[in-house]
Amino acid sequence: MNKEKQLFAGLILMALGLGTAHADYTLNLMKGVTKVSNDIYDLHMLILWICVFIGIVVFGAMFYSIFHHRKSKGHVAAQFHENTTVEIIWTIIPTLILVAMAIPATKTLLELSDVEKSDMTIQVTGRQWYWDYKYLDNDIHFESHLDEASERVHRTVGADPRSVPNYLLNVDKPLVIPVHKKVRFVLTSTDVIHSWWVPDLGWKKDANPGFINEAWTLVEKPGTYRGQCTELCGRDHGFMPIVVIAMEQADYDAWVARTIEQQKQKPDLSDQSRQQLMAHGESVYLKNCVGCHQIDGAGVPGLIPALTGSAIATGKWESLDGFLRAGTSKMPKFEKLNGKEFAELMTYVRNNLGNKVGDELQPKQTALPDDDE
Amino acid sequence: MSAAEDAHDHHDDHHHDHGPEKGLLRWIITTNHKDIGTLYLLFALTMFFVGGAMAMVIRAELFEPGLQFVDPAFFNSMTTMHALVMVFGAVMPAFVGLANWQIPLMIGATDMALPRMNNMSFWMLVAGVLLLASTLFMEGGAPNGGWTLYPPLVLQPITVGKALPFAIFSVHLLGISSIMGAINIIATIFNMRAPAMKLMDMPLFVWTWLITAFLLIAVMPVFAGAVTMLLTDKFFHTSFFNAAGGGDPVLYEHIFWFFGHPEVYIMILPTFGVASTIIPVFARKPLFGYASMVWATASIAFLSFIVWAHHMFTVGMPIAGELYFMYATMIIAVPTGVKVFNWTATMWKGAMTFETPMLFSIAFVVLFTLGGFTGLMMSIAPSDFQYHDTYFIVAHFHYTLVPASVFILMAAGYFWLPKWTGNMYNEKIGQLHFWLSVISVNILFFPQHFLGLAGMPRRIPDYAVQFADWNMISSVGGFIFGASQLLFLYIVIDTIRGGTGEKVSDEVWEDASKHSLEWTLPTPLPYHTWTTPPASVPTEHVLDSH
Repeated sequence: MNKEKQLFAGLILMALGLGTAHADYTLNLMKGVTKVSNDIYDLHMLILWICVFIGIVVFGAMFYSIFHHRKSKGHVAAQFHENTTVEIIWTIIPTLILVAMAIPATKTLLELSDVEKSDMTIQVTGRQWYWDYKYLDNDIHFESHLDEASERVHRTVGADPRSVPNYLLNVDKPLVIPVHKKVRFVLTSTDVIHSWWVPDLGWKKDANPGFINEAWTLVEKPGTYRGQCTELCGRDHGFMPIVVIAMEQADYDAWVARTIEQQKQKPDLSDQSRQQLMAHGESVYLKNCVGCHQIDGAGVPGLIPALTGSAIATGKWESLDGFLRAGTSKMPKFEKLNGKEFAELMTYVRNNLGNKVGDELQPKQTALPDDDE
Repeated sequence: MSAAEDAHDHHDDHHHDHGPEKGLLRWIITTNHKDIGTLYLLFALTMFFVGGAMAMVIRAELFEPGLQFVDPAFFNSMTTMHALVMVFGAVMPAFVGLANWQIPLMIGATDMALPRMNNMSFWMLVAGVLLLASTLFMEGGAPNGGWTLYPPLVLQPITVGKALPFAIFSVHLLGISSIMGAINIIATIFNMRAPAMKLMDMPLFVWTWLITAFLLIAVMPVFAGAVTMLLTDKFFHTSFFNAAGGGDPVLYEHIFWFFGHPEVYIMILPTFGVASTIIPVFARKPLFGYASMVWATASIAFLSFIVWAHHMFTVGMPIAGELYFMYATMIIAVPTGVKVFNWTATMWKGAMTFETPMLFSIAFVVLFTLGGFTGLMMSIAPSDFQYHDTYFIVAHFHYTLVPASVFILMAAGYFWLPKWTGNMYNEKIGQLHFWLSVISVNILFFPQHFLGLAGMPRRIPDYAVQFADWNMISSVGGFIFGASQLLFLYIVIDTIRGGTGEKVSDEVWEDASKHSLEWTLPTPLPYHTWTTPPASVPTEHVLDSH
């Protein structure tokens, strides 16, 4: 079946003279890596085949009629209409089919909604435009942003997306979960509505600001599974992917230990060369600022102020520092950045994006006492 | 044919001098249902091209992965405005235009019941759409939070600039215009029918519009209320949809879709009516089940009020809610199936010919049914967890809107233009337009099913490279489809200006007067018709009951 479809698709592609055919596209829903996603796949195929069958019958009758009952062939119109028996039959049969469909659908829906008896819980917070993951059982907490390579390419006219592996579907820090464990997700948002979807897990769930949704998964197969935000959440809605890595328990335990260790590490506040500050600053900018202020710092006319030539960005660094930490009604507080990142980001913003203040800020200058924690 | 002769005699007896005003003023102050119908239809056609141009921008950006032409926020403005313009500027006004022309002709009425209000509702529509279009030129751009205008996104200062209050006021105007149009249609159908025409004698187009008008009156105020709450949340510090103030953003989704689901039926029920009018004429048979069509339309309209949350299966509802909305939605397949079976049975053993209106109508039945199938698939809530907000949905609703509503509007144009203008359209170009449209619309939308199932979310300006091929094919289909519609524009202009020059009979189509009253009137139609109501009405579709 799949081969036939691919052949068919291939023929269409060739007919259109496209030389870009990829081997990895799909035509149908994929079977996932959880039991529920397989149940959903089966439901999908069942209803699809029912539709195909009904389509063949109805369109068959219609096209038979179109070919044979035409005036040009001398067919004389019969004048029958209204037939109660026929009308009852074509009401009852679809109803029965629907009842037959409703039973497995109800079963799967009940299973999907059962978040009881989970082994661990991860809080997923949608943000413009990245995901924030918090492991409620062991205090692991990190942000997951689109990777830098995709970030640069999708913001540049004419850049080649094919040069980036997993273009737009790759993140800097993936979500890691163990296999064979029931993982419960609690989803929320701090700004607008987002929706968390990994097709291989079989569902998507909205992340609503101020409310908490629940969902769960139990992945059977280790691997990397990719997805995207599926609720329009502003200009960079298309650029906040999700990557889930499912690991064997032992690997997962090692990852947890390693990550907790990393989280405890204090930021390195030693001096950096100008070059280092600028390079690191660009990374911080790409993660935290580019979505609004744009890759060239031009902002968006009428919506978002430009950083290029901005009095705040190029004024005294102390006031810029205070501004970033306090936030505004339009801009979130960036107190989450540490002193090192503040130094890098401010040096970058003041000496790039069309600005030339000429100064160079070192982590020790910008670090607050509690940045070391 | 006695009705027709009566009509002619009566008409000749009454020579009124109430011709149209001369010059441009005619179109501004007109209260004539035919003039207002023309205004509505031409306005809708214009907006069809405006909304279509926006679709071309979308398909051009999606032609290849990567950033090509427009920045993401403008892309989002395009998807938002494309939807608003097509729904409120093109499809709805086009059906109101058809209603204006056809309902009085079909029920033997001189005009609409409330002619001055009729004029007002048209010009309010123009004002509303122009106000909406003006946001394209505002600081911060047109609304870009999607046509559903979900908060908190649409209220965010970094997302929507100065456009929001203008868009909301525009929605108010469009809503008032629609409600006035609906009241007018209901008043006309109930009060102005020829005495000989009982409710169950009415052509299905009239029936479906009657039911649609009730839907409009029921839901447009709900939408107006929802957007007004957005307005007060934004400017007067209320918190209807703000969790921090005790509100709930999901509440907006519920209110919106309580409007939104009937709204999609507002765009499809009159479509059913036109298809049920055209197919019997070219099959040379009465409609198979007139009464069951009326009841199916009424049940679909009723069901449309109680299924709204299937647009938000993934929003996080209690399981009881999910189950209820799944079951209720599945039931819609039954009356919709009845309609499709009815059209098929009407064609069965007919003596069919395939002029352009019939071709578009047959394509409608087939392609609308495809859209119905995917609709049925999406009613299965667990499956919808995969389909929701992907290109599968985009394919679904475009199948139910473009090769359904839009095709039927084209069919109606080909079907009635000769009657309205007294000129025949060019059948060859008509058929060329049909074949180009039906092929390209499938190249455009069918691959979007694959994209959605493969995991491409909707409303994204750029995509992963494995989606590249089908997007390119879809865009190619889109460009061909867009260009093909210029043929329709040409045909409309050509037909108005004389068409083929062929003499058009009163019936236009063979035995059409057996099906509906308008074909018993002279061609071209005089400025005033049915100054004396017809003494009898065609009752072919209800033969047995008379």
